Amino acid sequence: MSVELLGITVLWVFLYGYLIVASIDFGAGFFAYYGKVTKKDHVINHIISRYLSPVWEVTNVFFVFFFVGLIGFFPDSAYYYGTALLLPGSISLILLAIRGSFYAFGNYGSKDSSVFLFLYGATGLLIPASLSTALTISEGGFIKEQGERLVFLAKDLLISPYSWSVVLLAIVSVLFISASFLTYYASRAKDLEAMEVLRKFALFWSLPTILASLLVFASLRAHNMRHFTNALEIWWMFGLSFVCFIGATLLIYLRRNMGTAFILVMLQYFFAFFGYGASHLPYVLDPYITIYSGYTNETMGIALVVVFIAGLFLLIPSLYLLMRLFLFDADYVKGNRK
Amino acid sequence: MELDSVILSRMLTSMTLGFHIIFATIGVGVPVIISIAEFIGIKKKDPHYFLLARRWARGFTITVAVGVVTGTCIGLQLSLLWPSFMQVAGHVISLPLFMETFAFFFEAIFLGIYLYTWDRFKNPLHHWLLTIPIVIGSSASAFFITTVNAFMNTPQGFELENGVITKIEPLKAMFNPATPTKVFHVLTSSYMTSAFILASITALLILKGRKSVYLQKALHLTMVTGLIFALGTAVAGDLSAKFLADKQPEKLAAAEWHFETEKGADLILFGTINENNEISNEIRIPKALSFLAGGSFDTEVIGLDEFPEDEIPPLWIHYMFDLMVMIGVFTIILSGIFLLFSKLKTRNPFNKPLLSFIIASGPLSMLAIEFGWIYAEVGRQPWILRGYMKVAEGATKADDVGITFLMFLILYLVLGIICTIVLMRMFRNNPAEKELKNRFPNSRAF
Repeated sequence: MSVELLGITVLWVFLYGYLIVASIDFGAGFFAYYGKVTKKDHVINHIISRYLSPVWEVTNVFFVFFFVGLIGFFPDSAYYYGTALLLPGSISLILLAIRGSFYAFGNYGSKDSSVFLFLYGATGLLIPASLSTALTISEGGFIKEQGERLVFLAKDLLISPYSWSVVLLAIVSVLFISASFLTYYASRAKDLEAMEVLRKFALFWSLPTILASLLVFASLRAHNMRHFTNALEIWWMFGLSFVCFIGATLLIYLRRNMGTAFILVMLQYFFAFFGYGASHLPYVLDPYITIYSGYTNETMGIALVVVFIAGLFLLIPSLYLLMRLFLFDADYVKGNRK
Repeated sequence: MELDSVILSRMLTSMTLGFHIIFATIGVGVPVIISIAEFIGIKKKDPHYFLLARRWARGFTITVAVGVVTGTCIGLQLSLLWPSFMQVAGHVISLPLFMETFAFFFEAIFLGIYLYTWDRFKNPLHHWLLTIPIVIGSSASAFFITTVNAFMNTPQGFELENGVITKIEPLKAMFNPATPTKVFHVLTSSYMTSAFILASITALLILKGRKSVYLQKALHLTMVTGLIFALGTAVAGDLSAKFLADKQPEKLAAAEWHFETEKGADLILFGTINENNEISNEIRIPKALSFLAGGSFDTEVIGLDEFPEDEIPPLWIHYMFDLMVMIGVFTIILSGIFLLFSKLKTRNPFNKPLLSFIIASGPLSMLAIEFGWIYAEVGRQPWILRGYMKVAEGATKADDVGITFLMFLILYLVLGIICTIVLMRMFRNNPAEKELKNRFPNSRAF
């Protein structure tokens, strides 16, 4: 494997990690607020808060990791994305800032503030929508080079069917991933009442995720034929994704093996996300940056990979410890242990 | 002054950094103090210190949250506002940036564990051990990010030919001449500022009439650590001045209004300057600048006359430099007097005037951090990458910087205000005395 390909794969793995943990987090915020409005908060909100409290900060790091890594491996992306995304990027940043800080204000400071909970829930749906525009832009057609200047065609983005189908997919995926994880978490806590509520959420959002995926495919065909053809060549990735989806939904429906069900959901997104990523290559930003043209110099690339591997030796045991103490500690999950 | 993209980008970056360093400083320093408090608690079997660690940690969570989100902002703003700079420098500085996120990751994981495992372990030392990765993580992120800033001041480890970077040596870039003094100064001043901030909160409560042993112990602990770190900061500051004289003389010369290269240069305290660069109302200490720059009264100090006019930093940074140093000296004297009074037993260290000064010391230390950073950053104007790239060449060409500035201004105002309210409410509704009784019912303290 070339070092360029290794670099982008590392980054893609982190973006995938962010996709999963952030979806759980974003969706949980929405469900917590929805629970409050529909007066089901006493049933589900303690489950949500017990999971989120120790991990919210870690979620954010996945994101920072991705963009620092992207600029490290592909400094050209700083120039193109940086110039184009000033406004949309800043809006995402502000939403992330509101969400992160208000989570802490609400959770550690003044409990039961419904304003804080509203901001937390609403941003949970706006952030995936705004972050997904970066992926849309990577397909090309929304940035134009005019001599020395880079122009971001915001209007084109706003009226593009492809862009909206990606936003739709992002939102429903967040709700589906989050609900299926929380169903699993509630089942571990043996909290049947909460599990039933969350299970309904999961089933409710399962069908829209598949429909939205199909919509993305259809509009990709119209927007970027090259990418679409590449995707067809690795159709089996998307096939596996669909099989995992069926398996997950079936298990959730039958109320069996919720842990396996969530792993299947993770695999569903793993195959779809890596299928999407692989067919996107070699472009980082179509047509300006490929992983070969925008790559940093050899020395830095190798240094980054070395640091990355060294870092994993530090992170994996630490993450394992975190999960053992909070995710897989039955007493903690049930709330018998603070 | 026209508000073009360059000025607006500078304003937005300054605002974000100015807001972020308040929380970053607390984020680096407070874990150290928490760790010390918990360790003393274990050694002395004293519930007061456990409670101190617990309560500081709880407030710390709120500031960490704001620190994390504003840190994310500045991280991305680097590319959003300075895309051309990042395109070039990204080839060289991505290693420390990448390592910083690792350190941050490490800290985030263990902070999450620390906050939720107070009662999980039989042996209290096991819980205390969790503070070590937190301290390592927070100080290591400060280290890595400071190397990036140091690199911008004294770039090395690459060659630039027609805008293309070649011959990169990542480690040489990280360990550039500015790195040791900068890191030393940043770390000690963060520890020091955090100690004085905690001291000033404690002093405020005592002045309001709460006389518990708990608060007295808290004040004593923070003043001792404050003094140690303030002395460390002074040493670091002195080394930094010597570094500047050697490697970045225009910054020191601008701060000291030192126009002509000479031996036995005077140090200028305070004063004002007019447009003809004539200085008045100053206190001159003969030959002290030479001593500061090289450890001897005859050291030759390079003056501003040796630099082209368009490469000289603005001269108002003199005030920033003076204020920073003054506050540093003030905190050393203040904590020295407090500890002397505590030792003597003939004097009351909790007398009103002294307490009032201690209350001021926290905010003042934070101001010194701001002044110091303004001095360091404005002092390398007009360069973004000293000797290689000027600020104007690095800024974005996008048109929306103005509106972005306004959006972030509102964000920081809201975050700042709500953060303060939440923190105050958190502690007011649950005073230490009450918490101590609930948590350690067998303790006979107070």
